Amino acid sequence: MAADLTRRSAADLAQALRSGEVSSVEVTQAHLDRIAAVDGAVHAFLHVSTEDALATARDVDARRAAGEELPALAGVPVAVKDVVVTKGMPTTAGSRILSGWVPPYDATLVERLRAAGMPILGKTNMDEFAMGSSTEHSAYGDTHNPWDLDRIPGGSGGGSAAAVAAFEAPLAIGTDTGGSIRQPGAVTGTVGVKPTYGGVSRYGLIALASSLDQAGPVTRTVLDSALLHEVIGGHDPRDSTSLAEPLPDVVGAARLGLTGDLTGVRVGVVRELDGEGYQAGVRDRFEESLDLLRGAGAEVVEVSCPHFDYALAAYYLILPSEASSNLAKFDGMRFGLRVEPTDGPATAERVMGATRGAGFGDEVKRRIILGTYALSAGYYDAYYGSAQKVRTLIQRDFAAAFEQVDVLVSPTAPTTAFKLGEKLDDPLAMYLNDVATIPANLAGVPGMSVPNGLVDGLPVGFQILAPARADDRLYRVGAALETLLEQRWGGPLLAQAPELPTAAPEGSQP
Amino acid sequence: MSTISREEVARLAALARIDLSEAELTRLAGELDVIVESVAKVSEIATADVPATSHPLPLTNVFRDDVPVEPLPVADVLAGAPAAEDGRFLVPQILEED
Repeated sequence: MAADLTRRSAADLAQALRSGEVSSVEVTQAHLDRIAAVDGAVHAFLHVSTEDALATARDVDARRAAGEELPALAGVPVAVKDVVVTKGMPTTAGSRILSGWVPPYDATLVERLRAAGMPILGKTNMDEFAMGSSTEHSAYGDTHNPWDLDRIPGGSGGGSAAAVAAFEAPLAIGTDTGGSIRQPGAVTGTVGVKPTYGGVSRYGLIALASSLDQAGPVTRTVLDSALLHEVIGGHDPRDSTSLAEPLPDVVGAARLGLTGDLTGVRVGVVRELDGEGYQAGVRDRFEESLDLLRGAGAEVVEVSCPHFDYALAAYYLILPSEASSNLAKFDGMRFGLRVEPTDGPATAERVMGATRGAGFGDEVKRRIILGTYALSAGYYDAYYGSAQKVRTLIQRDFAAAFEQVDVLVSPTAPTTAFKLGEKLDDPLAMYLNDVATIPANLAGVPGMSVPNGLVDGLPVGFQILAPARADDRLYRVGAALETLLEQRWGGPLLAQAPELPTAAPEGSQP
Repeated sequence: MSTISREEVARLAALARIDLSEAELTRLAGELDVIVESVAKVSEIATADVPATSHPLPLTNVFRDDVPVEPLPVADVLAGAPAAEDGRFLVPQILEED
């Protein structure tokens, strides 16, 4: 019974809770038991909030028993990436500098999860301050890919993707600055969505690059992503970049897509995101998925976005610049770590240097130095300014492409999951993971990764991009592709994942 | 051959208030060429006639009503501070004395 509950989709669980088949306490406990059994091997979680989750579950069960009308996902548990602040629950962003910090407030999206009656299972591992594509830059150890524990789960949100792929949570929250929701989705066989910039409030997200960051759903099915998107999305007056318009009907679009019919939908294959650097198997799966879309009635054409070739270079300039500014607040004065210099006077300035020297990891230091350089007097226009011009050109590419087609598609990541440690000493090779996902962040458009098969036993993802504010298109096309692929596979892709080694249940004797 | 010198990295680290070890300075000096290469790449197309985009979806004059709300409890905020005294953050000496 308990094992069955963790395998079910959030939509199924919500239905079972509504019908009284199961209680939220049972569902939540089943996931806590699964975490206890497998997280020793996966290490998706930095903190498990057992008491908080069960308290929410009990409350929801009591309200349901009293006949109260509850939100759609009430009682369905969720895991939250550790870059999102949670009142009363430790939040570290994967950094030593925030070790043990307990925020005094909730992010807007966390308030919405709580208001929806969703038990929060805990906080998931990530690259420090979301800088990375493998979760190896966490100060708290690596997360392991449930498909092969020797491999990376992607990053920066490897913890959220691995938690969902390992059936430790039906739903999770991720954040995506250059692909940190979509690339982990691709390499773990899960669904990940980066909404339109401004579609989900950034209030309470520990900022990496404010003009690129966006939070979104991490799930096992497209419909589940839509349901979670609906909970966390929508206008927030506390985020001045939050969009005022109501969210499009993403749940309706997902349900429409599940019919498997895409008649009249125009799909554009981005020429610049398919070719050199893409593993042969990744391209094979991509071509097969295109055939399925054609079979469903979609019109598939090739489009060119010539400036996408410059996206990575622009990203190298914009991200470190914004990050170096955002991370200035970690100064050892008001929260987190404080380290005093070993000799000389302990002035505020010297304490700040010592604290940041000891509290930040290598990749964070590297990017702060890069950003400080790019923003230095005399370089600002040539560096940050030029990169911003590239953003304009990439937006124009998207605008021109979306005049011809409804959605754009590409492989999500150029390769399957690599081995832990394999690219750690080669930052450039690491960054290439995000070559297909970065343009969406630069332009603010929404993107989704849907699992579309295996290569040598490892999952790959199919990326769908839509115009800004048209997130519903992702869900229609994504759900259609998912349903057609599952007909071929005879079930979800994750049903093919190997069984994980489990720890003995607590209290059992050897 | 690195285009950003070890001395330059030390200057940037001082600006960014990060104490770096000798080994870190040397390693970082070798890793910063990516930025020079990126600048060369974007300069190919970032011509004078292209306007810059600072935020993906331009919004101007975002206002909200100025409604007073309860501030966070002082005790909750100070609970996360490295040091506190009399309801305030306790910080190191700001100015060096002669």
